[in-house]
Amino acid sequence: MKHFFLASILAGAMALPAYAADYTIIAPANPGGGWDQTARSLQTVLQQEGISGNVQVQNVPGAGGTIGLAQFASQQKGNPNALIVGGYVMVGAILTNKSPVTLKDVTPIARLTGEYEAIVVPAASEIKTMADLVEALKKDPGAVSWAGGSAGGTDHIAVGLIAKAAGVDPTKINYIAYSGGGEALAAILGSQVTAGISGYGEFEAQVKAGTLRLIAVSSGERIAGIDAPTLKESGLDVVVENWRMVAAAPGLTDEQKAAVSADVEKLAKSAGWQEVLKTKGWQDSYLAGDAFAAQLEKDVAATEGVLKDIGLVK
Amino acid sequence: MATFDFLLQGLWVAAQPMNLLYALIGVTLGTAVGVLPGIGPALTVALLLPVTYRLDPAGSLIMFAGIYYGGMYGGSTTSILLNTPGESASIVTALEGNKMARAGRGGPALATAAIGSFVAGLIATLGLAFIAPYIVKLALVFGPREYFALMVLAFVTVSSAFGDSTLRGLTALFVGLALSVVGIDQLTGQTRLSFGVPELLDGIEVTTLAVAMFAIGETLFIAAQGDKGPDKVEAVRGSVWMSKLDWARSWKPWLRGTFIGFPIGAMPAGGAEIGTFLSYATEKRLAKHPEEFGNGAIEGVAGPEAANNASAAGTLVPLLTLGLPTTATAAIMLAGFQQYGLQPGPLLFATNPQLVWGLIASLLIANFMLLVLNLPLIGLWVKLLTIPKPWLYAGILLFATLGTIGANPSVYELGMLLAFGLLGYAMRMFGYPIAPVVVGLILGPLAEQQLRRALAISQGDVSVLFTSPIAAVLLVIAAAALIVPLILRARGRGQVLAQLAANED
Repeated sequence: MKHFFLASILAGAMALPAYAADYTIIAPANPGGGWDQTARSLQTVLQQEGISGNVQVQNVPGAGGTIGLAQFASQQKGNPNALIVGGYVMVGAILTNKSPVTLKDVTPIARLTGEYEAIVVPAASEIKTMADLVEALKKDPGAVSWAGGSAGGTDHIAVGLIAKAAGVDPTKINYIAYSGGGEALAAILGSQVTAGISGYGEFEAQVKAGTLRLIAVSSGERIAGIDAPTLKESGLDVVVENWRMVAAAPGLTDEQKAAVSADVEKLAKSAGWQEVLKTKGWQDSYLAGDAFAAQLEKDVAATEGVLKDIGLVK
Repeated sequence: MATFDFLLQGLWVAAQPMNLLYALIGVTLGTAVGVLPGIGPALTVALLLPVTYRLDPAGSLIMFAGIYYGGMYGGSTTSILLNTPGESASIVTALEGNKMARAGRGGPALATAAIGSFVAGLIATLGLAFIAPYIVKLALVFGPREYFALMVLAFVTVSSAFGDSTLRGLTALFVGLALSVVGIDQLTGQTRLSFGVPELLDGIEVTTLAVAMFAIGETLFIAAQGDKGPDKVEAVRGSVWMSKLDWARSWKPWLRGTFIGFPIGAMPAGGAEIGTFLSYATEKRLAKHPEEFGNGAIEGVAGPEAANNASAAGTLVPLLTLGLPTTATAAIMLAGFQQYGLQPGPLLFATNPQLVWGLIASLLIANFMLLVLNLPLIGLWVKLLTIPKPWLYAGILLFATLGTIGANPSVYELGMLLAFGLLGYAMRMFGYPIAPVVVGLILGPLAEQQLRRALAISQGDVSVLFTSPIAAVLLVIAAAALIVPLILRARGRGQVLAQLAANED
């Protein structure tokens, strides 16, 4: 048994360059958050499916992921075995924090998961539909308080986009930032604020229990299993998706990039990953290659625009 | 009485020999990792979560509960013995606990912490089982203005517990408040006092500051004294166990700590630290021998330790009833539940009663295991103090550094650790208390954010701060705590107070 074990390690070590690459995945956030969960799920599935023999996760938290991103870009240059998890929040954080390192300094591989924003009000609220909320917003933008995640994050950006689409000055919105959708939830349930906005997952249990009313979701089309109109149906041309992606180190050769992309594709198509998406309630939004690069560019431009409109980026 | 049936059933499952073994392993692992300074329960649970993946749901939940409570408890051991709080909730424990340990009373200090944690964990877990839905309704009434009033009360009561000189205490507090504004302002996303250093954008980590001020500062202070250090450490004086008097002085603080810690832990923005501050201040006020505070009063260990464990159970209230993780640890526990398709939220108690009650039963078992594991180990733990000083403090330096790097691998974090260590040393040299710095760093942002949220929601109308009944009551209590001593002094009882103050360390 012992010999077999040793032999398999040896064999594995020799086979490594040809087959499974070892990966180190940087989760640029504290344990427990979305990026950390994504990184740890990647770790589990990559190993389970035999795509990689050994995967390590390292947390480098801070400043909306920009600390981890900067460290990753400088330390892992040309290393084909290093990955970093990131997402839409990072796009905003790079702009608001004036981060010198941007997503251009790494090699984005693929978008993996996505979550749409949900707009909710307390069950007892007089506001019944998105139209009611827009009307109140038009009447007095300051009187409508929105609870959501951190300032300049996806939730804040979505509120800015909604105001803009409704023809309301985005600088006038009364956005109350909490450290996350969870903490904001308490304020919404306690009717401390007019409305709440965050990823649908944060509100799902409350919506099902009938303590919160879901008045809109930020997807392009209606989402199966969720009984709510899209913002578009409510007359607001806004689609916001809080996506998460995986990127590789800068300075890779084309072959190296292709190898990493192939591994990630194998992962995204695997049964194990689909299972993870189901248990975690994440939408599969796999998008790779040039399509992803184009989408990324579009998102960065749109985000920069709205952050300027809200007044967070000069 | 379906509740009882489920609980008994859960207990029966949890009491199977195999599951007891899992509980023991969980508690041992949790305690072992939790004693590293800088590594709090959140990281402990995150590191050890994969260990539980391979087990069946019952065994996994039980081991998980063990790791959670073990991690919570591990921090207090180092707090007491080495003056090195493993996490922010055990900072207050170091104040009295370490004084006791140096006076050879480390055994009773550890025992009162262990038994207090057990008592508080037991009561709070039962509270979680039976009154969670009511507690959560109360917690939701707390909006920004109520939280702000609570913070005002915390500031007032805590500042009275700052040692001999109010001026020095307040100076230290303001150092902490100044440090607390570093980083991204949560409400506007703008950076403050970060001087273009990206690592400062997230502000200063409480555990880094606490470990630096306590552990590094202490080490430098001891090293600077050479062999002539005045406070000679005695490992054991008298019994390792609690005496009758210790029991008599401990049981009330345990209960009070539980009743302070549980509701505050259950509040979505409460947190474990505030409960420990309030408990410490309460015990100091109520103590028959307030002069012992600062010199190793057992009440000052018993109360806060009970409070932080009760808070730990309290944080499960919003987690299970609302699906709302209020601490980093709770967020990781949420991830742990999700692997069994358990979606915490308002429907959880109705849809998955077995798992919920299984978890609650596991918490009870883990709590019990912690006691079983730790009481016999106390004799061994206090032996740590007999290690020659140079080795002991070199070891503390090593573990403090390891813990900080483990939590956040960054050169800046290490730099901050050393810089704050020097600050802690300087403050010690000049007789400034160091706890208020950490208190300021914790309470400052909470008070500021809640005040600004309240004013943003009211669009700048200040009167909202006083018009809510709960906020008004809290503010009146805070005002009374501030004014009553002044009135007493004016009525000629100032001498008594002055004498009391003079006796405080």
